[in-house]
Amino acid sequence: MHKGLHGQHIAMHKTTGIVKELLRNRLALAGSIVVSMLVLVAIFAPLVAPYNCKEINVQAILAPPSPSHWLGTDELGRDVLSRMIWGSRISLAVGFVAVGISTLIGIILGALSGYYGRWFDSCIMRFVDIMLCIPSFFLILAVIAFVGQSIWNIMAIIGITSWMGVARLVRAEFLSLKEREFVLAARASGAGDMRIIFLQILPNAMAPVFVSAILGVAAAVLIESSLSFLGLGVQPPTPSWGNILTSGKDNIETAWWLSVFPGGAILLTVLGYNLLGEGLQDALNPRLNKK
Amino acid sequence: MIVYLAKRLLSMIPVVIGVTLISFLIIHLAPGKPTDVMTELNPKMTPEARERLVKYYGLDKPVLVQYGLWLKRIALLDFGNSFSTDSRPVIDKIWDKKVPVADRRLSITLLINILSLLLITAIAIPVGVYSATRPYSRGDRITTVLVFIGFATPTFWLSLLMMMLFSVKLGWLPISGLKSLNYATLSASGQVLDKAMHLILPLFVSAFGGIAGMSRYMRSSMLEAIRADYITTARAKGLSERAVVYKHALRNALLPLVTILGMSIPGLVGGSVIFETIFGIPGMGQLSYQAIMARDYPVIMGLLTVTAFLTLIGNLVADICYAFIDPRIRVH
Repeated sequence: MHKGLHGQHIAMHKTTGIVKELLRNRLALAGSIVVSMLVLVAIFAPLVAPYNCKEINVQAILAPPSPSHWLGTDELGRDVLSRMIWGSRISLAVGFVAVGISTLIGIILGALSGYYGRWFDSCIMRFVDIMLCIPSFFLILAVIAFVGQSIWNIMAIIGITSWMGVARLVRAEFLSLKEREFVLAARASGAGDMRIIFLQILPNAMAPVFVSAILGVAAAVLIESSLSFLGLGVQPPTPSWGNILTSGKDNIETAWWLSVFPGGAILLTVLGYNLLGEGLQDALNPRLNKK
Repeated sequence: MIVYLAKRLLSMIPVVIGVTLISFLIIHLAPGKPTDVMTELNPKMTPEARERLVKYYGLDKPVLVQYGLWLKRIALLDFGNSFSTDSRPVIDKIWDKKVPVADRRLSITLLINILSLLLITAIAIPVGVYSATRPYSRGDRITTVLVFIGFATPTFWLSLLMMMLFSVKLGWLPISGLKSLNYATLSASGQVLDKAMHLILPLFVSAFGGIAGMSRYMRSSMLEAIRADYITTARAKGLSERAVVYKHALRNALLPLVTILGMSIPGLVGGSVIFETIFGIPGMGQLSYQAIMARDYPVIMGLLTVTAFLTLIGNLVADICYAFIDPRIRVH
């Protein structure tokens, strides 16, 4: 128990240091501002959106940006800004649920693999190699073709096809942590394997996992928007940034605003998550200049 | 070297089994009988087509036998016939022996991906070296920001913007396809030029994300190399900065890049689906999009297997190259 308290103290000390480091890193600060804005917009979508995002208006079909429709309207006269605000919910939800799934799978497989080693480890790591060999976007598309497209399926499929990095990361952390004194002490005091894995080692291995989860959200947002753009993700009339861009493509010769704004929103979101993730990485490990 | 090669090839066996097993499992992923869900999702599927599918995958036999049959078919490159009206064998769709080699779907996708890999290395290496030799300078900071933007740009959005600018607004480049309508009437050099004009945008778009990623890797790899002891030695013995950076550091920094290029193949191949669909390029990516939209299962399974094997071969080639240029790998 003493060890646990000691660990907590170090963790708290570390956290304040990380926050300071993040504030010092201007790019990371910009990233966290973008991400928090996005979360707020998604939560308060019904209050912020100026129009009903599914309301068709035949008087304003493909209207360019104007004071009444800041970002113009689409081919059914729906307000693009409102559709983008509602679309942010999709992108946020898909990002977090998908990453939640992949992180959970990655942590469990990586932890068991690193802790137990031997044949179990070889099997899991081979499995990781195999998964990395299959072009994941292809795999996702193929699975969608078989199980059908719904937002839940998409979240699950993205999660199931993107846990490999986390598994490798957690495994590496476990390999370096499992021989440390606090683990030996826990074992000597009679703690079981599961207790050691999930209560002793895992909390000490979470920092890099957190970073990779944030970067993972960015990747999931990109995949979801690509799928929706191809017509294999979120289906209209439910708005998503990807499917607004589909109408952008259909009206590419006349309505630039249908392409420029939703794409810009995706770029800004992904950029925000990436900056935050990289900033956190630097803050956690300032000496190392990674990637 | 031969020992290394043998070991590397042996280690591929479980991966091959795994890849085929996963593709096999996908057919069975759907709850209930695979053919039931296929009919449900695909109203076009007739009882006759369903019968064919049961027979083709041997769905009436035990699972192990089914997997054995699947392996045998893969070995023979027999992925069955397409569900579409022409019902041609899947392999003929990917590798059509009736048209010139350059017009076959597999060649088109391979050509674009290889060109795009070349483009990525040609741009990313100098950019990475530039950043690493002036860390935290203004130039390095600007490239870092550009790299982050490159990472975050969705391929399909970039395609749309490029089309809007260069094809719609300026009219400099063709909007889609691989050849103009009058392609057959052009002279030999005119045909090459015509194809090149059609390829500019797709190539740029497919290489864009890779350039960002690779230059970042190059930067960190180069930074690491410059800090190494042998560089201090090289400086200490009085070599010029040029010789130190471009001869000693660069050569060593390039080594890990080979592996990373190999690892980037799955991403590139996956990206083909997006830009081939947008630019209307008749490659494997476009075929897979059409197959998925039409729920043409034999084609989907064939493409998934073929692309997985291509990736496997790409990784193998990268590893062999690595072992070839870095003796440390083959000794261990």
